[in-house]
Amino acid sequence: MDMDVTSLQDQASKVATDAANLFEEAQKLANQATHLADMAVAGVDGSMDFLSLFTVFVLSCFVGFYVVWSVTPALHSPLMAVTNAISSVIIVGGLLAAGHMDMDFSAVMGFMAVTLASVNIFGGFIVTQRMLVMYKKKNRG
Amino acid sequence: MSAEMTGFAYLIASVLFILALRGLSSPDTARMGSRYGIIGMTIAVGTTLLDPSVVSFELIMLGILIGGTIGTVVARKIEMTALPQLVAAFHSLVGLAAVFVATAAFYNPEAYGIGERGDIKIASVIEMSLGLAIGAITFSGSIIAFAKLQGLMSGNPITFPMQHLVNGLIGLAIVVFVIMLTSVQSAGVFWTLAALSFAIGFLLIIPIGGADMPVVVSMLNSYSGWAACGIGFTLANPALIVTGALVGSSGAILSYIMCKGMNRSMISVLLGGFGGDPGKSVNVSMLNQNAKSGAADDAAFLMRNASKVIIVPGYGMAVAQAQHAVREMADLLKAEGVDVSYAIHPVAGRMPGHMNVLMAEANVPYDEVFEMEEINHEFSTADVAYVIGANDTTNPVAKTDPSSPIAGMPILDVDKSGTILFVKRSLSPGYAGVDNPLFYADNTMMLFGDAKIMTEKIAQALA
Repeated sequence: MDMDVTSLQDQASKVATDAANLFEEAQKLANQATHLADMAVAGVDGSMDFLSLFTVFVLSCFVGFYVVWSVTPALHSPLMAVTNAISSVIIVGGLLAAGHMDMDFSAVMGFMAVTLASVNIFGGFIVTQRMLVMYKKKNRG
Repeated sequence: MSAEMTGFAYLIASVLFILALRGLSSPDTARMGSRYGIIGMTIAVGTTLLDPSVVSFELIMLGILIGGTIGTVVARKIEMTALPQLVAAFHSLVGLAAVFVATAAFYNPEAYGIGERGDIKIASVIEMSLGLAIGAITFSGSIIAFAKLQGLMSGNPITFPMQHLVNGLIGLAIVVFVIMLTSVQSAGVFWTLAALSFAIGFLLIIPIGGADMPVVVSMLNSYSGWAACGIGFTLANPALIVTGALVGSSGAILSYIMCKGMNRSMISVLLGGFGGDPGKSVNVSMLNQNAKSGAADDAAFLMRNASKVIIVPGYGMAVAQAQHAVREMADLLKAEGVDVSYAIHPVAGRMPGHMNVLMAEANVPYDEVFEMEEINHEFSTADVAYVIGANDTTNPVAKTDPSSPIAGMPILDVDKSGTILFVKRSLSPGYAGVDNPLFYADNTMMLFGDAKIMTEKIAQALA
């Protein structure tokens, strides 16, 4: 019986140390998670570092590659028109300059960029839609 | 709107843009895709307008109103045959917009949080100058492409001595000025860089002939995407980067497909000097051979008695605006029980997919229109091939003569069909300047005249 009691005590103390270790680990992990979360927030804050942006760029090139290869050749003209329209998302840059408080040279540049990009956005999407409504199947007319 | 929300909104816009391109995998899903694109653009613009640094809205509203009106009117009025020049014109606007944004960033870096005037962060300067340079090249290159496509300037290649050396030196100077701008952030350096980039865009496109325009238009499409990317890096805006990369790779893939359709390398297209306006023969001896010519009634008789007719549309059909007449003729043939289909070469026309749009415009169902690899084996079972305004893309010399300028170019095997009808104004060779021996083949009948008038005459004879 004595033997059992001592071994039980031993085991109990071992479990206790393990628990303490686990707690420490968990705390460390929690700290790391908070740290990572902080970094992620900093990222969205408009101050994404170059490497993150470059990652986005490279992955987008791959997405573009696979998506565009799946476009049917019959729709290559609408593809050009719609890519033309969406590349005018460059209007974002113009908006930031044109919407600034002071009316200066850069605001004028922003205004011009907004105007040109708007021609493209409206023109690009409308001409794409015009093309796409023309594609009809055999029995529908 | 919090920074997280802004980032999230741009992410949604990016995903919608990807879906817009994904939708184009089939005509059934394409319209939905284009709607996703519109929603994505609305989200991107809306999110930017909610940015705390955007405080004055007069200029913005005015710009969108003016631009939107012009864009809407132009896009509604444009003829589908003029699509290539419209797209070229639109590319030039994206390029110029990129130049304006880069300029705004250079003169007011605080607005974009990239430093102060004259003391912009080095990484941002490089990204900005790339956006500026690619934007400027896209602009001036597209203007030239537009002028060539619209017929404002000759489609012939314009070459001069030491052209490639001059281009190379300007390219080198651009690199030097980008590096200079990182240390000396003066307006002089900035505008010199802009001027050099405008010049190189102009010089790069003038030596490229009319027949290579599908490649040029695709390439400029690609450039406009990379310009957006450059600006996206400057603004640290992931939505711009994603979209720019999508557009950039899309244009690059289209250029590759077009080059493959002509069996030419990108380099040889860029070096230029190939293919001008038709009409200048290089092989006069061939022209002395006798070609059989026929009238509309003969063609109508042949096609009415055929069981299978394949129509091969080319750029000439677009020029003559003959797509509606072709469809009317095809309808009459179908009413007679003739099996009619359309065969489209990848580089037919002046932009990728140009012929498909024109056939769709003329109400030809898209499941009657086939790509080259789908239909090429069917020419051997066709009784008549009706070739309208296409030439080089049907020229068997591409297969037989390794020294020909079009050697190795994949062609539509119209020579395998029972009878070949060529609708052409004359026996002149096509853009590649290569005579087509098919014109003199025993089973060929030339139908001389305007593509539209000739097709209408045949339709009258069929009716």
